[in-house]
Amino acid sequence: MAASPMEQFEVRPIVPLHIGNLDISFTNASLWMCIVAAAAALFLTMGASGRRLVPSRMQSITEMSYVFVADMIRSAAGTEGLKFFPFVFTLFIFVLFSNFLGLFPLAIFPNVHPFTVTSHIIVTFALAFFVFLMVIMVGIARHGLRFFSIFAPKVPLPMLIILIPIEIVSFLSRPISLSVRLFANMLAGHTMLYVFGTFVIGLAAAGGVLSFVSIAPFLAIVAVAALEFLIAFLQAYVFAILTCIYLNDALHLHDHH
Amino acid sequence: MDVEAARYLGAGLASIALIGAGVGIGIIFGNYLSGALRNPGAAQGQFTNLLVGFALCEFTGLLGVVMAFIILFT
Repeated sequence: MAASPMEQFEVRPIVPLHIGNLDISFTNASLWMCIVAAAAALFLTMGASGRRLVPSRMQSITEMSYVFVADMIRSAAGTEGLKFFPFVFTLFIFVLFSNFLGLFPLAIFPNVHPFTVTSHIIVTFALAFFVFLMVIMVGIARHGLRFFSIFAPKVPLPMLIILIPIEIVSFLSRPISLSVRLFANMLAGHTMLYVFGTFVIGLAAAGGVLSFVSIAPFLAIVAVAALEFLIAFLQAYVFAILTCIYLNDALHLHDHH
Repeated sequence: MDVEAARYLGAGLASIALIGAGVGIGIIFGNYLSGALRNPGAAQGQFTNLLVGFALCEFTGLLGVVMAFIILFT
């Protein structure tokens, strides 16, 4: 019978490297992270290389993604947030490409094992924690100690006793919620596709009328895979927009919005 | 009860959290749609809030799934 649905998330060393007790092997996770970065760089430079007045298809996709992220930052963090455009754009493109590349059916080629980098909590947590630290640093650099008024919304004094602990807990849980959301979505989505796929293959291999019936769940999987592509995009978008909203908090405290 | 059986039961119970996420996401999108049909002009401006609400709501359900995975695979 087929392997465990969790087998696809296994991290295997490709080039084993050890320094003392530290394991810094080049793994399939590192390989796919490089592939994601290379694919994103290739895609964007290809789109930007032509610079025609009437854009080609590649150029318009690049321009659309640029405008899309710029609009997102402007609406969530104001014009001042545009200073962080390169950061948010990089984050968005990296998450988007790693989500998408993990969904491509590359496993049909022999010896290619597709791997979704964002289905590992440590990767998403590193990204989210970086965002968290940056928000704190931007806030303190901009407002000094007044940044800590982010924990005290403008409410009557007795309410503050309840609200300040809640605000602190919700602020500290940001990196966790940001990372767990992305990781759990990817993990659950890929596991689901694998389980459904195993079911269809088992049904098709059963022979007779069952093989014929297996067309119906196969078509359903195509729809589920399309939904997974939507989720892959949506999660990248949510990750980027929440980064913008956190940046907005740090830039403007409770002044407006 | 044997530990292995209890573990599967626990993972199943942890997945119940997804009921709440499903209901919540339904409420969010349903209310957004009814609001958007009443006032289509304001709909575009609230799209960000829609997605943020969706993300926050989905997170609570996903915590249950992660809990199930932790129970099953550790």
